[in-house]
Amino acid sequence: MMNDVAVEMEHLRVVRGSRVVLPDLSVTIPAGQVVGLLGPSGSGKSTLIRSIVGVQVVESGLVRVLGQEAGSPALRSRIGYVTQSPSVYDDLSVRANVRYFARIVGADDTAAEDAIDAVDLRDHAGQLVGRLSGGQRSRVSLAAALAGDPELLVLDEPTVGLDPVLRRDLWGLFGRLAGQGRSLVVSSHVMDEASRCDRLILLREGEVLADATLDELLARTGAHDADSAFLALIDRAAQAAR
Amino acid sequence: MNARRTLVTTARVLAQLRGDHRTIGLMLVVPCVLVGLLAWIYDGTPVFDHIGAALLGVFPFVVMFVVTSVATLRERSSGTLERLLASPMGKGDFMLGYALAFGVMAVVQAVLATAFAVYVCGLDVAGPLWQLVCVAVLDAVLGTALGLLASGFARTEFQAVQFMPAFILPQFLLCGLLVARDGLPDVLRWVSDVLPLSYAVDAMKSVTASAAEGADVGQDASVIAAWIVVSLVLGSLTLRRRTA
Ligand SMILES: Nc1ncnc2c1ncn2[C@@H]1O[C@H](COP(=O)(O)OP(=O)(O)OP(=O)(O)O)[C@@H](O)[C@H]1O
Ligand SMILES: [Mg+2]
Repeated sequence: MMNDVAVEMEHLRVVRGSRVVLPDLSVTIPAGQVVGLLGPSGSGKSTLIRSIVGVQVVESGLVRVLGQEAGSPALRSRIGYVTQSPSVYDDLSVRANVRYFARIVGADDTAAEDAIDAVDLRDHAGQLVGRLSGGQRSRVSLAAALAGDPELLVLDEPTVGLDPVLRRDLWGLFGRLAGQGRSLVVSSHVMDEASRCDRLILLREGEVLADATLDELLARTGAHDADSAFLALIDRAAQAAR
Repeated sequence: MNARRTLVTTARVLAQLRGDHRTIGLMLVVPCVLVGLLAWIYDGTPVFDHIGAALLGVFPFVVMFVVTSVATLRERSSGTLERLLASPMGKGDFMLGYALAFGVMAVVQAVLATAFAVYVCGLDVAGPLWQLVCVAVLDAVLGTALGLLASGFARTEFQAVQFMPAFILPQFLLCGLLVARDGLPDVLRWVSDVLPLSYAVDAMKSVTASAAEGADVGQDASVIAAWIVVSLVLGSLTLRRRTA
């Protein structure tokens, strides 16, 4: 059934500048789960995320999101997008930022306040975003996406630069949202966050190295953690290429 | 297009301005200072009465052009534009939201500068004052609209600032302030017939020169309005939802 699938990509090809970033990528992302998008820097995580959101010019291939073609107008209020570098207004307060983005998607101020609580910024709600720390700014950016209560959340490295306690809390939040039937795609290059995902997509040089649960990955590679499983897969890919 | 998203954006831009006292100060005080300076330079001659009003149309145009093109470029480079264009926000909502916000600023600026010119510097205005203010506001909104358009072609802040001399100075030279437009060489006169600032200055001159609420001002004003609409439409075409 269509409702079990959040994102479907077939033979997606993306060229940025003169560089083929995603040569030919096909992957299906199930709905109602937290799907981790892992891979080294430059492997194409952000490019893939931008393709899902519909802001990336793609050369060919098919991207279907929540049953519709990526980037179609009807999808825009159903997707929450958090860019890799926080995209919020430095010269507005936390509250003003979150309220503005909430109002754009038709959510009310209560939803905005709830989102501020969810990212634990209650104490800073009145503060200018430009005066916050890096991690706090990225949480404002996250809150702005949460406020609209979207069906699909696409988060580009939302936990970068956060302390272990906050990271645990946010991953807990992601899990609860998935429990409520929301779908999440979360990129990260911190492998130990793999254990918080229902499913993993490992990306390397624009190709899907693995698309499985963590347990499947560990069983397949005989490794003990995500880090060594990933390295093992890379070694295998290199050997196969030889 | 969606009125709520437009107005929410207008409110947001105004809130950003409200936090920036220095920019507000510059927007409101600089035109007054320049008008005052001009009145002083031409003290005791009839020149100020001649060009003072025209400059009341030029200053808001220039100030709004610069402020707007920098503000929108900032929106592009901070990633907030990408975020907004991934949201249900319409391109027209975005453009109009900005135009309205700076339009509000323009009203305040025009009222202040006109009052200063007339009551402090003793500018002679034959026509009704409200017309002068209306034309000044129209000129300011024109600056905003062209600024939005220009920022679509700038990739860096350096480029955005260079658009000031590139877009504005030629218009300033040809708008009839330095040499009456009738006295320009043919080709230049044709060019000046197309450029929007010429009409901004013409409209101002008509208001000061004649007491009749004439069709002259109306005609110039509609050319300016047409330029505003065209720039906003072209400007919204430079907003791309998908980028490479
Ligand atoms: N605007 C751009 N123009 C041209 N090439 C780009 C652009 N942005 C990224 N690239 C290239 O695309 C490739 C993939 O970039 P992408 O941002 O998707 O990687 P990533 O996996 O998100 O990396 P990171 O973990 O560092 O964020 C890189 O090789 C990069 O050089
Ligand atoms: Mg990235």
